[in-house]
Amino acid sequence: MDFTTQLLIAAISAGTPLLLATLGGILTERAGIIQLGAEGLMLMGAVSTCIVYIRSGNLLLALLAAIAVTALLGLVHSFLCVTLRANQTMSGLAMTLFGSGLSAYLGKSISGLPLPGTSPKLNLSWLEGVPVIGDIFGRLDYLTWFSLLLVLMLHLLIHHTSWGLHLRAVGDNPATADVMGIRVQLIRYSYVTAGAALIGLAGADMVLAYAPTWNEGLTAGRGWIAVGLVIFARWNPLRALFCAYFFGALDSLGFRIQLLGSAIPPYFLKMIPYVVTVLVLMYLGYRNRNKPSGTPEALGTPYIREQRF
Amino acid sequence: MSPKNAGNTAAAVLEPPAAKPGKRFGLRLEYDSSRTRSPWWSPVLSVILALLLCALFIVANGMNPVTVYEKMFRGAFGTSYGFTETMVKAIPLLLCGLGIAVAYRISVWNIGAEGQLTVGAMAATAVTIYFPGLSSFWAITLMLIFGTAAGALWGLMTAIPRTHFGVNELITSLMLNYVALLALDYVVFGPWKDPAGFNFPGSPMFTAAQSLPVLGTTRLHIGLIFGLVAVLIYFLMVKFTRWGYELKLIGANPAAARYAGIHIKKHIIIVMLISGGLAGIAGMAEVSGVTHKLMQGISPGYGYTAIIVAWLAKLNPLGLIVTSVLFGGLIVGGYSVQTIGLPSSISEMLQGSILFFLIAGDMIHRFRIRRSA
Repeated sequence: MDFTTQLLIAAISAGTPLLLATLGGILTERAGIIQLGAEGLMLMGAVSTCIVYIRSGNLLLALLAAIAVTALLGLVHSFLCVTLRANQTMSGLAMTLFGSGLSAYLGKSISGLPLPGTSPKLNLSWLEGVPVIGDIFGRLDYLTWFSLLLVLMLHLLIHHTSWGLHLRAVGDNPATADVMGIRVQLIRYSYVTAGAALIGLAGADMVLAYAPTWNEGLTAGRGWIAVGLVIFARWNPLRALFCAYFFGALDSLGFRIQLLGSAIPPYFLKMIPYVVTVLVLMYLGYRNRNKPSGTPEALGTPYIREQRF
Repeated sequence: MSPKNAGNTAAAVLEPPAAKPGKRFGLRLEYDSSRTRSPWWSPVLSVILALLLCALFIVANGMNPVTVYEKMFRGAFGTSYGFTETMVKAIPLLLCGLGIAVAYRISVWNIGAEGQLTVGAMAATAVTIYFPGLSSFWAITLMLIFGTAAGALWGLMTAIPRTHFGVNELITSLMLNYVALLALDYVVFGPWKDPAGFNFPGSPMFTAAQSLPVLGTTRLHIGLIFGLVAVLIYFLMVKFTRWGYELKLIGANPAAARYAGIHIKKHIIIVMLISGGLAGIAGMAEVSGVTHKLMQGISPGYGYTAIIVAWLAKLNPLGLIVTSVLFGGLIVGGYSVQTIGLPSSISEMLQGSILFFLIAGDMIHRFRIRRSA
């Protein structure tokens, strides 16, 4: 395999958790609720997966645990932001702080233990003979295929179904949506919870396919990079695919350069994804200064009937 | 709930349909947006509820929460050693929390205190490495200046993208935390590594002239004075200067402030410089007063804890002193439960849940129960 193919494979592997988390963020924010708790949710998803997988040895159970735990946290976020109309920034921050504390607390007993297995691969042996494509697609696991399918499904959902229309209406103009008979609160609760569960699944993917053991703070800011990716992707699932893989490539590029025996200290190579996140956001801000950014218009503003703001 | 006939009349289009009143008791919750001042009991209650929530996890871990909390409390406040250690932890929390509070006055969300503290510590260490033979006065002064400047510069790197490129400061400041921590790793493993340090990552020990004076035989250092002076200055500035008034105006209504001719971008840059500078002082005080050398993990998450410190204090200067001592105690107490086999991350868990209950409590009191007609 040549360098490019290897980099592509690494980009997909490192990009999949970013993709899942970004899609979760897109769902949440399309409904008009800011999701800044991604880092905490990913950590909770990862630690739940590890604990259940190591204790029970059942992968499916582990994934369900990750989804259940983070969906529960998503419900807390919805309750705070939708029902109580709390500050959405603060709620997300609380989720991140609580998630990193709780995951460290729960994960202490299994820290450093290897998982019983990794995410299983889809059997595509007939593809193996094909040059580049076989190399890349022949080795993808179920979660990666699921994330690819999800991109397509969410794209169709958001842009081509009436459910998606309702979702966008709730995110852009909840008062009008309410008048049209759309159940704003219910939709917000559902999508925030589903989005949180997807971010939890991103954490699960990190330990299953990327770093096969639990370590405190193992996401190392990838949740926050996903928060940035939601903005790069302009709340659009198809764009999210390219953005996530681009960052996956950056993430693994540093590692690859290191393997090639470069003289650059590894610490600087590890800075690349963080620095590029800031630079890309600045570039987008500069380029789109007079253009609509694609932000859901009611993002961050709570809505309750009968009240005017 | 679903209003089936909505949209039939013009009035219905203009006015969202009324919420269905609660059925059984004839009571309903009503939101009163005029109640913006959060009540005094909200911080107290949030601490109590957080203790209760975490008690559940402790029980699940097979421990008695009362024993654990007692151990934490004794460890943090029960002995004179514990108490001075608590105060030592309170110093960076107070300085960082103050910086966060200043920025939050105009809704600038600085969560980068961790990185700003780290670069402050690095800049102070740079003084000891590049100007080794200075007298005590000049060494400390120069370290203070370098530390503050580095923190302020790190804050500026968050402020400029926000003001000139419209980039959310939350993401920028957080990304810069990771960059700062990686830069710290680079210097302690690379160019600044102590050649006599048995290959242990860390800078050479500071000399006595490069260390902050301490109180007697304790580890409590003069950084406490920095913190208290900064709180006093903050209080006076906010209360009595035009600048403080302008911050208040922007915080209350940014649009009105802009019409009044207040340069909001300039203020964002100023508060981020102050915010970063204060965190930089905290970093300088940590290396020079506590660890006496630069090493990995110079901050056990002070920058993040300080966010909660600032919020719990409702940005009030006196409250900041109280909450930073409380959270200093939480960190020290967290260490002391390690002896009975619990991870110290229990203190982080408590911090996060305090914040959860705090923001919920701030909102819950705005709802009142009304009897529906």
